[in-house]
Amino acid sequence: MELKTKISAEDGKQEIRISREFDLPLELLFRAYSEAAIVEQWMGTKVIKLENKNHGSWQFATTDPAGNVHGFHGVIHEFAPNQKITRTFEMENTPFPVQLEFLEFEKLTNDTSKLSMQIVYKSVEDRDRMLALPFAKGLNMAHNRLQEIANHLI
Amino acid sequence: MNLRRDVFQALADPTRRAILLLLATQSMSAGAIASNFDTARPTVSKHLQILAECELLKQEQSGRELHYHINAQKMKEVADFIEPFRQMWDNRFNKLEAIMKQYKVD
Repeated sequence: MELKTKISAEDGKQEIRISREFDLPLELLFRAYSEAAIVEQWMGTKVIKLENKNHGSWQFATTDPAGNVHGFHGVIHEFAPNQKITRTFEMENTPFPVQLEFLEFEKLTNDTSKLSMQIVYKSVEDRDRMLALPFAKGLNMAHNRLQEIANHLI
Repeated sequence: MNLRRDVFQALADPTRRAILLLLATQSMSAGAIASNFDTARPTVSKHLQILAECELLKQEQSGRELHYHINAQKMKEVADFIEPFRQMWDNRFNKLEAIMKQYKVD
């Protein structure tokens, strides 16, 4: 069976490409990204600000199981309903620099759609560290002390 | 030396895995790494040495301190390096899909 979510991370490049086909009409897929109340549900975060427009900005706050609050924010460079969102993404209080994200939404059939994300990092090393994080986190599921650090970052 | 087996042996130890997780976010000096553990510093140094020997970590001299950072290139040689990252996104998208199935197009 073919995987629904695909990742491409070529060696030596400072980008990651992620694609996913959904059993959802394009309009519903896009709403999952544009409606604050829905974003809160699937991202498990609190949406403080979500300005869906060109030159808008956004801000989320996520509370981890230990009760610590982590902030995320960025600007929305371009917002084209049912087509694309171009935005920046930054995790507050972490050593990771801001990243640039291109999201493209595509209709496949009346009931299916596709999301293609291109995430550009500041450097190849930053990209590799981002890839390594879930790997290292997975290896450490039993290690409570450092689990807390990982929760700050994902 | 069987390098591949050594990588898996290196990853089998919880302290070494914890060190890798710590360094996944930023490079650190040996002292800063050791301060995150209750273990004696020479023990942490030994773990760092093992991780550096099998190339999961890279060492860099910075002034008087030895700095460590993860060698993602080496990690990629371990099967399924990208799989946890893919899984994280897959879970996220599965949740999105399940939630949106409750909605209808206006």
